[in-house]
Amino acid sequence: MNIPHVLNKKNRVLLSELTKTDFKLRYQGSVLGYLWALLRPLMMFAILYIVFAKLLRFGGDIPHYPVYLLTGTTMWSFFTECTSQGIQAMVVRGDLIRKISFPKYIVVVSATLTAVINMLINLVVVVIFALINGVEPSWTWLLVPLSLVELYTLALGISFLLGAINVKYRDITSIWDVCIQALFYAVPIIYPITMVASTSTIAAKIILINPIAQAIQDIRYNLITHETITTWNYVSNFWLQILPIIIIVLILVFATIYFRKKSKYFAENV
Amino acid sequence: MKKIIGTRIEVNDPNNDTVIKVDGLSKSFKLPTERSDSLKGSVFNFIRGIKGYKKQTVLKNINFEVKRGDFLGIVGRNGSGKSTLLKILAGVYYPEKGRITVNGNLIPFIELGVGFNPELTGRENVYLNGSLLGFSNKEMDAMYDEIVEFAELEDFMDQKLKNFSSGMQVRLAFSIAIKAQGDILVLDEVLAVGDEAFQTKCNQFFNKIKKDKTKTVILVTHSMENVRQYCNRAILIRDGIVKIDGSPEDVANSYSLENAERSKSNKNGGGIFKDNPIKNLKVKLDSPKQISQKDTLKINITYDVEENINTFAAITLWDIARSQTLINSNSRNKPCKGKGQKSLSFNFDLSALNDTNIRIYCSVRDIDGSILSYSLDELSPTIVFRRDDYENMNKKTTDAILFNRGEYSNHEKNRS
Repeated sequence: MNIPHVLNKKNRVLLSELTKTDFKLRYQGSVLGYLWALLRPLMMFAILYIVFAKLLRFGGDIPHYPVYLLTGTTMWSFFTECTSQGIQAMVVRGDLIRKISFPKYIVVVSATLTAVINMLINLVVVVIFALINGVEPSWTWLLVPLSLVELYTLALGISFLLGAINVKYRDITSIWDVCIQALFYAVPIIYPITMVASTSTIAAKIILINPIAQAIQDIRYNLITHETITTWNYVSNFWLQILPIIIIVLILVFATIYFRKKSKYFAENV
Repeated sequence: MKKIIGTRIEVNDPNNDTVIKVDGLSKSFKLPTERSDSLKGSVFNFIRGIKGYKKQTVLKNINFEVKRGDFLGIVGRNGSGKSTLLKILAGVYYPEKGRITVNGNLIPFIELGVGFNPELTGRENVYLNGSLLGFSNKEMDAMYDEIVEFAELEDFMDQKLKNFSSGMQVRLAFSIAIKAQGDILVLDEVLAVGDEAFQTKCNQFFNKIKKDKTKTVILVTHSMENVRQYCNRAILIRDGIVKIDGSPEDVANSYSLENAERSKSNKNGGGIFKDNPIKNLKVKLDSPKQISQKDTLKINITYDVEENINTFAAITLWDIARSQTLINSNSRNKPCKGKGQKSLSFNFDLSALNDTNIRIYCSVRDIDGSILSYSLDELSPTIVFRRDDYENMNKKTTDAILFNRGEYSNHEKNRS
């Protein structure tokens, strides 16, 4: 895929039109409209907060725990929304793929961009909550976008790979739903990683090698409190430290190659 | 996975008059036999050693060229591979073998209104559709007013598409298709839309584009009327191969014949027309090759009938320059009975016409009107019609099909 082609004007226009349409249509016909982009994650957060922070009393030793929890859920919903929309994109847009010739990756990227827009809106809410909760603004906030890019890259890689398979084998959608459920518990979102670390350091380390966990912990570290356990300050071996990054790069490279190879047949198979 | 050796390349060379070149194109599809569109099915098929699909060849070694300014009709029965061919031309499907060169900006309309969304307004849909066809918003701004004007939907464009009537939706989609600024327009079965007034408008548009030597149109259709009316060339596809690449009349006749055979064989349990009962159809002129308004055009038709059926002959006089049917005539009221050699004479008085060149097509039909045989292009005689009474005649009046016989008188009162 040569870069000028990927970013040529025609494709940029198409990408922005499709993304605009997706976003416009998402909350079409609902009374509160775009507000739902904010309300939905906030309500999810309220439920988790009541159950885990108030009833089960998780995270008592973590400063600013509500914001800490909100950051985690926001990033997690971003990741799940991104991947599930991305994987489905080609089937949802099958109508276009069957009738018009255009680079297929645009469909996947436009589907995930809606999730990015939602996440950015939510991030503003997170920052406001953080300030209300008394989190001190720090220069490390500037590092947050790096982790966001990392998380998005991973989601995009998964979307390309599973999306391409999903064109022919629709089972992927259901399988991924289950994987998402499993991953939710494998990533320290609702429970603090300290809880795991206190019983088994090895288990905590394994959890932190998961790229999703690594990215989310980094965001919490940079945004909320430097007391957060991250892959960098908990896992000592250098190669294990960069393993999450390697995993992401491998997935993206493999996904791109596979997607390109299969994209010729999408119109016939979708 | 089999290796793709087919290619489709796009160039932009205004000096080259060939806008589409198709070289040895083949395409096949894998049709799943068992359920192999789920992982489980695939795994089972793999374990049982079944391929899980059947290979169906849809196009076999297709070759043709399209020149700039052509209005090419592609006809063929359902399932003959026309739409697959169109999709490959449009770049939607990948060619399996062969080489396709597209010279210029090709705008495909495999279906009208691709991506139309009922929840968006008319305006938003036009821009979305435009971006899918590869136009930037700026280019769409330039086309927008014309599209809306042609669709006659000026007052509705800020309404959601779901509040449009279905006729209005189609009109909008169709207007985008014909106002899109491309060099090559590819249309699949999309003509008969809108009410009569809109049809007339489309008809005018196609007649205009037919004369425009910079625009090329490829039209897939089942309407032989459209083929005769608009196309200057046509291709007949049967079972994935190009059967005929020639004049619209030739292709239209052959297509009608093909359909007639099909319906006949269905009705009678098949096979009757495998050996065509009509042999040695000949069309001869009994008048000179060049005639004037004083002469009568005399045509003699002979053919042999090998079965005991009643037949009649039909004649079409085709205006070559204007691509129009001048006269249709047939001998249905006096059919030829039974077997044997038949000979018929047709006489035509052409004195109403202006100068033109005429090709004479003939077909033989059974009593139901189903076509049994027809004269191929190369066997259809042409004549030259030249009047010798054009003295003092205004050039404008001789451009028309009919000779000017009108009279006029001036009723204006003389003021002086």
